[in-house]
Amino acid sequence: MGLDIRLPIGMFFTLLGILLTVFGFLSNPSLYAQSLGINVNLGWGVVLFLFGLLMLYLATRAMFFRSRLQKAKLKGKEPQS
Amino acid sequence: MGLTNIDWVIMGVYFAFVLGIGAALQRYMKTSTDFFLAGRSIPAWVCGLAFISANLGAQEVIGMGASGAKYGLATSHFYWIGAIPAMVFVGIFMMPFYYGSRARSVPEYLRLRFDEKTRGLNAISFAIMTVFSSGISMYAMAKLIQLLHVLDAPFRHLGIPQTWIFHTGIVVSALVVLSYIYLGGLTSAIYNEVLQFFLIVAGFTPLVWLGLKNVGGWSGLKASLDPSYMHSWVGMGNPHTNRLGVEWFGLTMGLGFVLSFGYWCTDFLVIQRAMAADSMASARRTPLIAAVPKILLPFLVILPGLIAIALPAQVVSPLATYQTTGRAVPLGQGLVPVKVDPTNNQPVLDQHGNRQLDYDLAVPNLLLHYFPTGLLGLGLTALLASFMSGMAGNVTAFNTVWTHDIYEAYIRPNAGDSHYLMMGRLATVFGIALSIGTAYLTTRFNNIMDMLQLVFAFVNAPLFATFLLGMFWKRTTGHGAFFGLLSGTVAAAVHHGLTIPEGSVAGIKGGWLGLVHTYPSEMAQNFWTAIFAWVFCFLVTILVSLMTKPPNESQLIGLVYSLTKRLPEGHLPWYQKPVFLGGAVLVATVLLNVIFR
Repeated sequence: MGLDIRLPIGMFFTLLGILLTVFGFLSNPSLYAQSLGINVNLGWGVVLFLFGLLMLYLATRAMFFRSRLQKAKLKGKEPQS
Repeated sequence: MGLTNIDWVIMGVYFAFVLGIGAALQRYMKTSTDFFLAGRSIPAWVCGLAFISANLGAQEVIGMGASGAKYGLATSHFYWIGAIPAMVFVGIFMMPFYYGSRARSVPEYLRLRFDEKTRGLNAISFAIMTVFSSGISMYAMAKLIQLLHVLDAPFRHLGIPQTWIFHTGIVVSALVVLSYIYLGGLTSAIYNEVLQFFLIVAGFTPLVWLGLKNVGGWSGLKASLDPSYMHSWVGMGNPHTNRLGVEWFGLTMGLGFVLSFGYWCTDFLVIQRAMAADSMASARRTPLIAAVPKILLPFLVILPGLIAIALPAQVVSPLATYQTTGRAVPLGQGLVPVKVDPTNNQPVLDQHGNRQLDYDLAVPNLLLHYFPTGLLGLGLTALLASFMSGMAGNVTAFNTVWTHDIYEAYIRPNAGDSHYLMMGRLATVFGIALSIGTAYLTTRFNNIMDMLQLVFAFVNAPLFATFLLGMFWKRTTGHGAFFGLLSGTVAAAVHHGLTIPEGSVAGIKGGWLGLVHTYPSEMAQNFWTAIFAWVFCFLVTILVSLMTKPPNESQLIGLVYSLTKRLPEGHLPWYQKPVFLGGAVLVATVLLNVIFR
C-alpha cells in the first residue's frame, strides 16, 4: 500500500514525545508525588520522542531507496547498491 | 479525578492520526482486493504486529490484568502454553494452504477444500459472532469511560446529563471506527492496529516500571504475595493445589491444544491479517513475527494485575463505587476493590460469605494510582485505542465474510468487482450499526450475552479438528467435515449441560441437563468442554469421511499437505526461514516456562 506506516507512527510519537517533554518540563513538581517523585512525563516523553525519530528515519530511508530504485528503472539499468 | 488539557490534547492528537490514516489510504482503495485484503501488499512485520494487536483488545488488556490479580503468574499459560505453540503451527504448517489457495477468507478455504454447506455453516456463525464481539467491545468501552469518571466534569460544564456519557462513548467510538474502515478498509484497520500496539507498549511500560519500583522490584513482589501467585507450573498436578483450579492435562490439552489452536489457527479475524501479506514468505512469517512480542506481553499485561494486588491494602482505591454514595469504603486487596452490586450498593459475596473482589478494576486503578496528568492521557488513550481496534478487527472480518461468503455466495453472485467493493463499504456501515444494537442489548440483558458467548464457545471448540483433518488427511470429505462440526458443537453443549463447576447453581454455568460430574473450577469445565468437542468432531469427521465418497484428488492440490509441493525456501536468508523462526520462538517459550515454573 502506498503509505508507509512508519511515517504516521513516527510523526505521532515525535509529537507525543514533544508534548509530554515540554509539559513535564513546565509542570509543578508536586504533580509527581503519585509517581514516586519521578517526573515521568519528562523522562518518558524523551524516550517516546526518540522512538518517533527512529521511525521517521526508517520511513525516510525507505522512501529514499524506493525513489532511487525507480530512477534507476526509468534509466533502464540496474540500481547500484 | 479529572483530566487536564494535556490529556485531552494527547487524545485529540491520537484521534486526528487515526482518521488521518484512513483519509490518506482512501485513494488506494480501487478494487475489492484493496479493500478486503489490503491489496495483498503489506510487509510481514506490519502484518505480524496487526496479527497480535487484533487480539489485544482492551478486554484482553484489562482481562489479563484481572486474571493476573486473581490467578497470579499462572495466567501466563494463556500465552506460553496457549498462543505461542499455535502461532508457530499456523505459520509453519497451515499458512501455505490459506495463502497459497488464494482464498479470500477462512470460510472460502472451507468451500475450496470441502463444500458449500461447510462454508455456509462457518461463515454465518462467524459473521454473527463478530458483530456480537464488536458490540461487546463497544459496551465495555462505554462502561469503562463511565466508571473512570473522566467525562463527568466536561459534561457537567456543558450542561449535558451524566447518563449521556455512556451513549457518547458508544456513538463516538462507532463513528471513528466506521470512518477509518469505510475509507481505508483492511489496510486502515491494520495500520491502526500497529499504531495501537505501540501505544499499549508506550502506555504500559512506565506503569509496570513504576509499580515494580514501588513494591521493591521482583523480589519485593515475591515477598509481598502468597507463593501460589508466583508460580505457573508448581501445583499443577492437582486442581486443588493451584490458583486456576485445573490439572496439567486439562490445561495443556484444553487450553494449549484445543482452544488455542482453534483460535489462532482458524479464526478469520487473525488469519485475515496474514492473508494481507505481500508474499507467501511474508504470510508464513506473520504469525512467527507476532509470536516474538506475544511472548513478552505477559510482562506488560499480567504484571500490572500482580502489582495491583501486592500493594498495601490501606491505599484507598480511587474507583470504589462507594465514594459516590458517601459510605465507608470497604477495603479490598491492594488496589483491587470489593465488587459492588450496582442494584443495591452491597458488596457481592461468594458461596462462603466472603467479599468478592472486582478484579477488572485492577489495571484501571493502577493507571489512576501512578500516572500523573500527561502520562494518564497516554494510558487512557492506549486503552481507548485497544477498544477501538478490537472493534475494528471484528468489523473488517465481518465485512469480508459477509461480502464474499454470504452476499456473493448466496444473494448476488457474479456482480462486478466495484459492486462488491461498494457492498464491503455498506457492510461496514450496517455491521457497526448491528454492533451498536448489540451493545445496547448487553446493557439490558446481561444473561443473553453470557448465553451467546457460551454458544459461540460450543461452535468454535471443534473447529480445529476440521482444519487439521482437512489440511493433513486428503481422505476427509465435505460431509465428514460438516457432520463432524455439528457433532462437536452438540458434544460441547451436552458436556456443558451435564457438568457444573464447584459451588455454582445449575443454569448458565452448566448442569442444565442433569449432573454427571462436578469440576473444581469454571476454567476446568471450559477446558474439558473444549476437549470433548474436539474429540467428537475428530472422530465423527473420520467416520463419516470413510463412509462417503472420497474427494477428487486433483481438486485438492494446494489445499492439502500431501498433495502440495513443498515451498522452495532456498532464497530466504536463514533468519527469515519459518522453521528457524518458529524453533527460536519455541525454545524461548520453553525457557520462560522453566524460569517462571
